[in-house]
Amino acid sequence: MFFPVDYYHIYESLSDEERMIQRSIRQFVDEKFLPIIADFHARGVFPTELIPLLGEMGLLGVTIPEEYGGAGLSHTVYGLAMQELERGDSGLRSFASVQGSLVMYPIYTYGSEEQKRRWLPGLASGKLIGCFGLTEPDHGSDPGGMETKALKTDGGYILNGSKMWITNGMLADVAVVWAKLDGIVRGFLVEKERQGFTARAVKGKYSLRASDTAELSFMDCFVPEENILPQAQGLRAPLSCLNEARYGIAWGAVGAAMACYNEALEYSKTRTQFGRAVASFQITQQKLVEMLNEITKAQLLCRQLGLLKDNGKAQYYHVSLAKRNNVHMALDIARSARSILAANGITDEYQTIRHMLNLESVLTYEGTHEIHTLIVGEHITGFNAFK
Amino acid sequence: MNIAVCVKQVPDTETRIKLTDDHKAVNEDDINFILNPYDEFAVEEALQLKEKNDGEVTIISLGPDRVTSAIRSALAMGADKAIHIKAEQHPADPAVTAEALAAVLKEGNYDLILLGKQAIDDDHTQMASLLAEELDLPAVTVVIKLDIEGDKITAEREIDGAHEVVECSLPAIIAAQRGLNEPRYASLKGIMRAKKIQIEAKEMSLADGQLEIVEFNYPPQKSAGKIVGDSADAVPELLRLLHEEAKVI
Ligand SMILES: Cc1cc2nc3c(=O)[nH]c(=O)nc-3n(C[C@H](O)[C@H](O)[C@H](O)COP(=O)(O)OP(=O)(O)OC[C@H]3O[C@@H](n4cnc5c(N)ncnc54)[C@H](O)[C@@H]3O)c2cc1C
Repeated sequence: MFFPVDYYHIYESLSDEERMIQRSIRQFVDEKFLPIIADFHARGVFPTELIPLLGEMGLLGVTIPEEYGGAGLSHTVYGLAMQELERGDSGLRSFASVQGSLVMYPIYTYGSEEQKRRWLPGLASGKLIGCFGLTEPDHGSDPGGMETKALKTDGGYILNGSKMWITNGMLADVAVVWAKLDGIVRGFLVEKERQGFTARAVKGKYSLRASDTAELSFMDCFVPEENILPQAQGLRAPLSCLNEARYGIAWGAVGAAMACYNEALEYSKTRTQFGRAVASFQITQQKLVEMLNEITKAQLLCRQLGLLKDNGKAQYYHVSLAKRNNVHMALDIARSARSILAANGITDEYQTIRHMLNLESVLTYEGTHEIHTLIVGEHITGFNAFK
Repeated sequence: MNIAVCVKQVPDTETRIKLTDDHKAVNEDDINFILNPYDEFAVEEALQLKEKNDGEVTIISLGPDRVTSAIRSALAMGADKAIHIKAEQHPADPAVTAEALAAVLKEGNYDLILLGKQAIDDDHTQMASLLAEELDLPAVTVVIKLDIEGDKITAEREIDGAHEVVECSLPAIIAAQRGLNEPRYASLKGIMRAKKIQIEAKEMSLADGQLEIVEFNYPPQKSAGKIVGDSADAVPELLRLLHEEAKVI
């Protein structure tokens, strides 16, 4: 059973409705997700049967207005939702992050009215699934170097290139694909049936196994004029989507950390060695206190970042600092929790190793830890250290 | 269809119950209160009936101010209205609760009254029958399947080792058992919608009732397990102990 970690009564400052939302999602994760995740993780598939329920609960497109099928709620609620989902598994949260922040957000923000009406309600209900293709085999941290190209043709565009590490890539009905048109990054909505568009699953993952990761290829793939996102011009557009998703990840990572801490704490109280509970040894206590310490700080960071975002004051560098801090602390906590569980910690009888492995991906995607360091570094010093 | 669902707020099943110093009551300080799980089945059934036949679902609950959060949970699932019966004091006697609920139910002219088969805190398992008496209506308890065609109700009850199918007509009282349906999770939109619904408060003064709680006690500490033997020879002794001491077979 999950004991909510709230050492500083931070969640008590939420509204009654926000806390109810938190509890409702927590219950969903406890009852529907945790009993099945170890199996899905072992088999390396995402539990697609839960997608309609995610839609019904309003977890896909939390901040998208109701007229387009979203829940029309605050960023704080979105953050809380991501936290509760990632308490289950980073793959579950990734699914919701991609659908909400990387697919619905760009269609809502950069799409035409027609595109919004066509796609958003189905994406919100989970009847349609989307993915976001920015990264390429040779261009990860530096997406501006992308090689995927769009060429203007009669009545539309022809896409050529490939995208790598694309979450939901195999499942997606529609891909938001970023490609250069006359040297400028533009966004295209590519339906899965389009000629010349293929997806291939990434095999052999040790991390985020319960998530669909794919390589997308476009070979003379034609999309009609109405499939270009009219308002998205330049690299800023995809980066703005990432900023939304990273915000959710900053909250989400805390969920994974809480799950690990909770498991290690309970385990250490019941496991005895040398005739005493493992929790009674000073070194174990040091580890547990360190975990709680970092979780509490990260929770405060999320809470304040949420308030900034809801007041329109959160800047990309605020989000970078939170993503950087929270994912890193979550990974540290997962490793430390694993050491308390010791041998039991290496099997999927317990959650910790799964979180630990997942968080390696989370540390890398949506801007690596290093890249976020340089984003904040550039902001405070004025020097760009990327190139 | 005009449906009322009577719900109770109870301590979370995971709560470690602590008693007050005089052992006359449960110490509520660290308790997380929830909507009685059996009442969730009742709410879900009401919502499904409403979705099928149109109508309105009203939640009714008796208790101190804190019960509004259980009411909100039911509203968040999709109920339309709610009545909170407030009283100065809340006697332990279920007959008193039934009287208060019945007074409110009479005013509402409901076609169907749903509730959980029991509350998981005091486990009295009496409310459906008491309400039936108060309202002079048929009550079907421990229901795991419910069909309503026009005025006719066909309900399947869980009884020891079998299912019993009974028929009656509306209006009636139905007490839900686990298995009746799968309660929905409150959605984000549902929770925000529930916030806007005004809960009608009804003040009432209740009788003292005939039930007095003399004392609560903690369950006895579980004693350590016993190993009877490690070969087939131990089986007869194990059987004897299971039969005579543990009384489970
Ligand atoms: C499971 C998973 C799911 C993903 N899902 C998606 C998705 O849905 N859509 C999508 O578009 N992408 C997705 N990605 C891709 C992800 O965003 C990239 O992996 C990430 O941006 C890093 O790129 P890279 O792996 O090519 O690493 P590289 O950019 O090659 O980096 C290698 C190393 O060099 C460091 N480095 C690079 N540049 C600098 C610099 N200037 N200064 C200092 N250090 C630097 C990096 O931090 C890293 O440590 C996913 C990745 C994973 C693992």
